[in-house]
Amino acid sequence: MLTETLGPVLIANRGEIARRIIRTVKRMGLRAVAVHSEADADLPFVREADEAVLLGPASPAQSYLDTAKVLEAARATGAKSVHPGYGFLSENVAFARAVMDAGMIWIGPSPEAIDKMGDKINARNLMEAAGVPVAAGTREPVTDLSLALKAAEQIGYPVMVKTAGGGGGIGMSVAHDDEGLAKAYEQAARAASRFSGDALDGPAVLLERYIERARHVEVQILGLPDGRVLALGERDCSVQRRHQKVVEESPSPGITPELRERMLAAAVRAGEAVGYLGAGTVECLVDADKQDFVFLEMNTRLQVEHPVTELVTGLDLVELQLRVAAGESPEVAAEPRGHAIEFRVYAEDPKRFFPGPGVIKVWDEPTGDGVRVDSGYHAGNTVTPFYDPLMAKLCVHGSDRAEALEKGRKAVAEFAVEGPKNNLPFCAELLENTEFVTGDYDTGLVARMRS
Amino acid sequence: MVANVWKVVVSEGDTVSDGDTLVILESMKMEIPVIAEDDGVVTALKVAEGDVIQEGDLIAVIE
Repeated sequence: MLTETLGPVLIANRGEIARRIIRTVKRMGLRAVAVHSEADADLPFVREADEAVLLGPASPAQSYLDTAKVLEAARATGAKSVHPGYGFLSENVAFARAVMDAGMIWIGPSPEAIDKMGDKINARNLMEAAGVPVAAGTREPVTDLSLALKAAEQIGYPVMVKTAGGGGGIGMSVAHDDEGLAKAYEQAARAASRFSGDALDGPAVLLERYIERARHVEVQILGLPDGRVLALGERDCSVQRRHQKVVEESPSPGITPELRERMLAAAVRAGEAVGYLGAGTVECLVDADKQDFVFLEMNTRLQVEHPVTELVTGLDLVELQLRVAAGESPEVAAEPRGHAIEFRVYAEDPKRFFPGPGVIKVWDEPTGDGVRVDSGYHAGNTVTPFYDPLMAKLCVHGSDRAEALEKGRKAVAEFAVEGPKNNLPFCAELLENTEFVTGDYDTGLVARMRS
Repeated sequence: MVANVWKVVVSEGDTVSDGDTLVILESMKMEIPVIAEDDGVVTALKVAEGDVIQEGDLIAVIE
């Protein structure tokens, strides 16, 4: 087995995703090395790894984002490969290069592919050239407000304002007029300087035509060493708050088979355009009325919501990432079966979605046929304010959407969490919402539920 | 809620209006602006950037 060359595998992440990766690494007979901050020392992923290395204090900059410390941990433990998970260093070009320069295998696409897709302006231009549809928008960085106002006039309101380097919805907002644009631009510029450290010559912001009542639908791709790029089906991620996903499902209830075919073909072209290797996601916005779509961005890593694809295809995407990183080009048949839904269980209040960290007093996960829980915590752990609020992903799989919804209702009701505030009551509410239940919803759904 | 004080926008002695941002908190990768609910003068500022504060803690006094 080529994959023997990968072990030990260092997992440069925390929480539920570190735990999920460790599970597959160990199942494949490889050693799993965890790294962690002082704040995470008691979490399950640290205990479940074969070996764990303390990086430093809670602050991400001094632990999970400190590339020197992570590389030192890899050297000290004799790791042969690094899996970055999502977030943190997963799309950090310099880190990917440093891992490879140190003689280890980077479990992800090439640093060049990450670089090309990491800048949203560059990615957008590249996709347009590859024949993937994009929304009307700016092709150069918008570095000040007067340029933004000029661009908005050409594109036409409403416009979406976002940072070229941002991810996870940070710094994104919609402007309906000049006044709103001033506010949105300031917010994006601030986020750009804060999270990406944009140079002083101006923040890289882009503007795009905003599609109202759009669905967010993304395609899972897998690039193989033999040059093929496979599309492994889609996920509908239209249930969002603050432009961040809360619930995802597959197949999407909002696209016709004809549109699905076009989107999968475009995602393959997107991957081919950058010589993509491993698992990646091509995010699109879908105009459900017109049954048309535009490219949004590409995530060059494993996605939070990957279990939805795993449940309907029966594949293990982490295993496929490892095999591709080891140089294998496995034959993969992705015939979707049934319907899967994922609920992100966040430590936040279910009304206003404000963070609510705290000590977990009760943690009792639902079980049963077609129920999968990827969690990062158990009772007695503390959810701290230093990291994102994702505590667990509750996933259900049914023979059709109606059965998946029913399993979701039962599983949400059975999931007992006490201590931190949590959004399980929101999930229960969503499962009774007419728009969600009929499948006829868009990214404005959560805002409408709270207006 | 536990949060870090990410940015202190106003200083003691500043005149503020209803709706102005006083400080920006950060928790779980989310920015939470703390907004003045009245017009007045900031007579005391009880937090500094980098502080960790809890629900119920005093941030500023506006008179």
